[in-house]
Amino acid sequence: MTPTTEAAAPRARRTRIRFGALGPLVALALLMILGAILNDHFLTLSNLANIVARASFIGIIAIGATFVITTGGIDLSVGSMAAFIAGVIIIIINSLVPSMGTGWSVILVGIVAGLAIGAAGGAANGVLVTAGRIEPFIVTLGALGIFRALITFLANGGTLNLNFQASDTYSPLYSGNVLGIPLPIIIFAVVAIIAEVALRRTTFGRHIAAIGSNEQVARYSAIKVDRVRLMTYALQGFLVALAAVLYVPKFGSANSSTAVLWELQAIAAVIIGGTTLRGGFGRIWGTVVGVIILELIGNILNLQSFISPYLNQAFQGAIIIIAVLLQRSRKTTN
Amino acid sequence: MSETIGTAVPSILSANRISKSFGDIPVLFSIDFDVRRGEVHAIIGENGAGKSTLMKILSGFEQPTSGTITYDGKQVTLPPNGEAEALGIVLIHQELNLAEHLKVVDSIFLGREIERFGFMESRLMRQKAQALLDTLHVNVDPTARIDTLSVADKQMVEIAKAISRDARVLIMDEPTAVLSLAETTTLFEQIRRLTARGVAIVFISHKLDEVMKIANRVTVLRDGQLIATVDAAVLTPDSAAQMMVGRELSNLYPPKHEPDVDAPKVLSVRNLEAPGIEDISFELRKGEILGFAGLIGSGRTAVAEAVVGLTHRTGGEVEVNGRPVHFANVAQSLAGGLAYMTKDRKGKGLLVNMGLTPNLTLLTLDQHLRGVFIDTVSETKALDRAVRRFDIRARDATVRVGQLSGGNQQKLMLGKTMESEPAIIIMDEPTRGIDVGTKQQIYHIIAALAAEGKSIILISSELQEVIGLSHRVIVMRLGRIVGELEGDQITEEQIVRHQMGIEGKAAA
Repeated sequence: MTPTTEAAAPRARRTRIRFGALGPLVALALLMILGAILNDHFLTLSNLANIVARASFIGIIAIGATFVITTGGIDLSVGSMAAFIAGVIIIIINSLVPSMGTGWSVILVGIVAGLAIGAAGGAANGVLVTAGRIEPFIVTLGALGIFRALITFLANGGTLNLNFQASDTYSPLYSGNVLGIPLPIIIFAVVAIIAEVALRRTTFGRHIAAIGSNEQVARYSAIKVDRVRLMTYALQGFLVALAAVLYVPKFGSANSSTAVLWELQAIAAVIIGGTTLRGGFGRIWGTVVGVIILELIGNILNLQSFISPYLNQAFQGAIIIIAVLLQRSRKTTN
Repeated sequence: MSETIGTAVPSILSANRISKSFGDIPVLFSIDFDVRRGEVHAIIGENGAGKSTLMKILSGFEQPTSGTITYDGKQVTLPPNGEAEALGIVLIHQELNLAEHLKVVDSIFLGREIERFGFMESRLMRQKAQALLDTLHVNVDPTARIDTLSVADKQMVEIAKAISRDARVLIMDEPTAVLSLAETTTLFEQIRRLTARGVAIVFISHKLDEVMKIANRVTVLRDGQLIATVDAAVLTPDSAAQMMVGRELSNLYPPKHEPDVDAPKVLSVRNLEAPGIEDISFELRKGEILGFAGLIGSGRTAVAEAVVGLTHRTGGEVEVNGRPVHFANVAQSLAGGLAYMTKDRKGKGLLVNMGLTPNLTLLTLDQHLRGVFIDTVSETKALDRAVRRFDIRARDATVRVGQLSGGNQQKLMLGKTMESEPAIIIMDEPTRGIDVGTKQQIYHIIAALAAEGKSIILISSELQEVIGLSHRVIVMRLGRIVGELEGDQITEEQIVRHQMGIEGKAAA
């Protein structure tokens, strides 16, 4: 309409978009202030480190979910799959202890097997979505049921406990630290940085956004749509397994109520972070902020006495709905 | 149909000194416009001239920044979101607004279902729908599902829906853009029936010949300004085009440079079979522009998609530069030097929610890698080059592609396709729905590409365009090639006779 090529961009427009993009950070800051008002210990380094460490399970899963959701897909099976893989890791380690002892080699076998099973499980979801042409919602809803039943079956309705000595070997992976920084935080941060770079600066990331924006355009633009989508589900499965690898040393057990509703938290974190649920745009740092927001809310609910902490998940549920509403109103005001 | 309805007939809907700005950007400047009962008033102008905005204001979808609307002699403020339909002002969008899974009858009565005791009176509605379709001479089963209808029939359903709402002013946004010649004729008959009943019609089109055929009066817009409102009878194609672009368009089509007779064959297709097409054989020489004419649905796009591997071919051979190829997907076809530019800009060609750069480089991202990372500097340079080469006009590179005009989208898509440096380019409707000025630019680009040795297949439903550009023309009908025209044979009449099945082989 305007016959100018690359004229100076209206500055007001830029700043408005910036402000919208920073929404999650604003929410995070408000929650920090609220927490500090409610409890003196809130802003201590140990409390904050604890919050981020606890957020790392969901955080790593939510990073995978960011990839899947950016392509316009969804994975509801992450919670059940995490529980299943935690159970499998425990079974593998326990069964190897008599022959291999309780050293690191046994733990390593458990970890590698867990990661492989996670990637394979995710890839299975991906194959059903792409080659099977089934809605991701249906595929992963089915997988949610299957994995939940499998962990219940493996635990025989009870709880799988990690061998005690093996647990001693394994637990530093969660409780240990490097230069005073807890290991789970380091792993979470490394995964987040790699993911952010992959989403923003590689062809894989660009193709993911293109598919989420318009799958037909992607196909007509020589993008191997099925392969890319399959890879996002496999990646999601791998990251679920990584979360399970960190979960086992912390709790040393797995049962049918392990990781229940993690899919809700992971998806909530992604949406709060500004990734669009319909696909086409995703950002990892937003997801990281979203996960920390969710963890903060739980933490703050525990620090005060007006509202029952049992309502935590109600808050998470409400937040996911509000976040989508905000996304939509932002879109319509454009 | 070009006789003017006397000024004695008062206008039913008029816009008085309407201006409109979006943010700081003015798009309409003090426009006067009116339409009378029983009249067809056409609006023409280049993309970005403000036609769509004016139409939206006339139907309440947008409010003017200043100026007034008079309807039925009274100054009114039209309600938003299509609620003006209740007043009798109906806008039929270019992308038709029908729910694909509903039946025809449900669509016609959508939101105004006839009920008794809380239940729908299905039979009564069906009868009324049938009666309505009958009076409009529309041969569509009221119980058919919308997604089983052709585009032309869907449009007729939209019109029936409008009439059932007692439309007194019908505003149509490029209704013929996706119609074949025959379908357009049917639509025009419909329009004449409506005007005979006193309906006022506002008609937007890019096709000048159509406008002169159907309109009583024509309003020309350019860059948001009202250039003139004239009787269609006094309008000539030249004068209209000149008013639209503000310059002479004597050389709409560049001169043809026939390729040498002994130019090598770069593409040869033999007995190709795929869903919707049969027994397709043709050859393309280096530097040649080969036109593909035919009605919509005659299988031209199906040929292109089968050749580049977007659909599976079930038989036949394809050779590129003498070597047999069987592309399984677009990536392989690109690697073989063969690119396909889709006719569906927004659905298949461009990511409308993204900026210019990711769209331009989507096909060829591998050329902008440093290690495993995307080199944004190299991408930006590519955009600069494409902007210059194809004259893409955008406020800035961050603007979303969906906000560009159709012409600029088309040029961006052309840039995207050419990024892969293909030797053979299949262009599917490269000027659909874009303005005359941009068309001319694209014609010159196509001719220049051929002159520098690229080979081009031009699929187009605009006969003038096929005739004006092609060195040779293949005509398709019902999934088969029914004729091949060269030199002096390339005339409108010859092509039409072939595509109607009056002449040529397999004219069953």
